[in-house]
Amino acid sequence: MRIVIPVKWVPDTAGEKHLDPGSLTVDRSVASVLCPVNEFAIEEAVRIKEAAPETETVVLIVGPEAAGPTAAKALSYGLDRAVRVTDDAVAGSDAIGTARVIAAAASTIGFDLLLFGNQSTDARTSLVPAMVAELLGLPSITYARRLELVDGGLVADREHEEGYDTVSSPLPAVVSVVEAINEPRFPSFKGIMAAKSKPQDVWDLSALDGLDTALVGAGAARAVVGTATPRPPKAAGTVVTDDGAGSSAAELVAWMAERKFV
Amino acid sequence: MTELLVLVDHSGGAPRRITLQLLAAARAVAPALGAEVAAVWLGPGAAEHAATLGAHGAVRVHHWDSADAKGYVTLPQVEALAALVAADRPAAVLFASSNHVKDVAARLAVRVDGGVITDATGLAVEDGAVVATKEVFGGDVITTSRVADGHLPLIGVASNAFAAEESGGGPAEVVALDVAPSDAATAAPVTDAVVQAGAGRPDIAEASIVVSGGRGLGDASGFELLERLADLLGGGVGASRAATDAGWYPHRFQIGQTGRTISPSLYLGTGISGAIQHRAGMQTSQHVVAINKDPEAPIFQIADFGIVGDLHQVVPKLIEQLEARRG
Ligand SMILES: Cc1cc2nc3c(=O)[nH]c(=O)nc-3n(C[C@H](O)[C@H](O)[C@H](O)COP(=O)(O)OP(=O)(O)OC[C@H]3O[C@@H](n4cnc5c(N)ncnc54)[C@H](O)[C@@H]3O)c2cc1C
Ligand SMILES: Nc1ncnc2c1ncn2[C@@H]1O[C@H](COP(=O)(O)O)[C@@H](O)[C@H]1O
Repeated sequence: MRIVIPVKWVPDTAGEKHLDPGSLTVDRSVASVLCPVNEFAIEEAVRIKEAAPETETVVLIVGPEAAGPTAAKALSYGLDRAVRVTDDAVAGSDAIGTARVIAAAASTIGFDLLLFGNQSTDARTSLVPAMVAELLGLPSITYARRLELVDGGLVADREHEEGYDTVSSPLPAVVSVVEAINEPRFPSFKGIMAAKSKPQDVWDLSALDGLDTALVGAGAARAVVGTATPRPPKAAGTVVTDDGAGSSAAELVAWMAERKFV
Repeated sequence: MTELLVLVDHSGGAPRRITLQLLAAARAVAPALGAEVAAVWLGPGAAEHAATLGAHGAVRVHHWDSADAKGYVTLPQVEALAALVAADRPAAVLFASSNHVKDVAARLAVRVDGGVITDATGLAVEDGAVVATKEVFGGDVITTSRVADGHLPLIGVASNAFAAEESGGGPAEVVALDVAPSDAATAAPVTDAVVQAGAGRPDIAEASIVVSGGRGLGDASGFELLERLADLLGGGVGASRAATDAGWYPHRFQIGQTGRTISPSLYLGTGISGAIQHRAGMQTSQHVVAINKDPEAPIFQIADFGIVGDLHQVVPKLIEQLEARRG
């Protein structure tokens, strides 16, 4: 059993994010981290490995040279090895271009289960996992808040607005997880030290099986950004201090009534 | 005439509010595209709603009347749409930017050589192409984007970005879509569908008023208070990650960076500090009200109306007053 966990390198969520004014893509000069949503996928993979030690867990990163530390971070949680795909030709890819690279890299590595986060905290499209599944002709069991491996397949609860669907699927399959699935542990000191000696491969696109390189990168993007403008600042609002006797509630009701909310 | 397709998002046999908003969005751009608005309904139930869809501007509804649409994960819907796209060559497809619908669009894009833009808050037509406005980075940046020439535009529209509006049209013509899912499409069956939606309360993405609670509520029972307030306002109930992490409210109601993005007319946050990751999910609300005992809480920076006070004092008073107004 081999699990491949595609993880993304993203601007730190605690900071403001910006678009690079020239390329209109995410400005990556700001501090970047392993996408926090991916920690839930990593935790799930580690738990599967704990229950079935013969499982091999491989983290997969598609990103520039600067994404290197992401591999060590992911490995420190207990994953076995890392593959980073770094190639200038990938720059400017949209969701479908990124999905093509991930799909080709995952096929080259070989896998039974592809374990994604349900979204990246920068692009936030949630498109990549389903696109990868489609490119590989596999079921896409997305938004899983429970995942269980059963004989030759999996059972999962897929979260949606009104509850969840329980589904079953054969393997290989593509799964994406939501935060509710588990509580990620912190990497241990031992894990951080062990990560240093784990294999970390860096591939360029020529290492990937079955990738049409004409279909990745800025030139192949199908969602094309034309303009980007900062949101105009919001005018300061009214702030009142409650006197403990309910005066503020009356003021709020009046404010809401003026705007026809009540 | 070419069609501008609207993928109907339905639940419990009825179209969701977003569907009528999608029809309004479609009507706004269809003339400039030289297209007419048609709906696609995957799953049973279209006939009972042909009048509503027509009244909101759909001239016809392509109906795949099969329980398979929701009986298996994603693929039957993708196959049905791919068949329709191949036969119909629509100008574009509009869909709801909700989780499972985005999956359908993602897979369809790969299959029919389309391009996807999600979460559009505005649509225009320039040089014959759909241009989508979108707020990225939690609303800090506004972009316009389009799908590259030669690819079918698949445009996801954000909730509450367009107002549903009747067009005065007669019932939509129901046209049967005749497809059978492949073996591959039925590999992942839905074995159980659990609906947990509470007491007729609207979903947070659909609601025009959302009342939301955080760590300041103190415990799960604080949400009972918020639910009472929400019900008086006809609103939905959301939560911060501190509250969902504590198990006080289910994760699917989490608003923010790693939860859901909402744009109601009114967002009313109580006991929420307004961390950047929370704001990323609600910053685009039309009006923001905050109740927090800390005058320095960042939520006040984006509040149109703020109350510095103890929510356990203010919210019960608010409920009292709203009840009194009702008489
Ligand atoms: C990667 C990442 C992703 C995240 N994603 C999300 C997300 O999607 N959504 C999200 O919400 N957060 C998210 N967070 C967490 C976020 O950073 C904050 O920790 C969280 O939003 C805090 O929730 P809170 O406002 O309820 O709690 P706190 O920040 O603890 O604030 C509680 C507030 O309640 C006030 N208060 C206390 N008692 C009372 C009272 N009696 N009356 C009135 N006010 C009172 C306090 O003054 C305080 O301001 C994320 C964090 C990270 C790192
Ligand atoms: N460049 C990337 N490298 C590896 N994984 C990625 C990359 N981009 C997206 N992903 C994966 O796809 C998921 C969904 O991302 P998105 O579709 O961008 O919201 C993420 O949580 C990651 O697991």
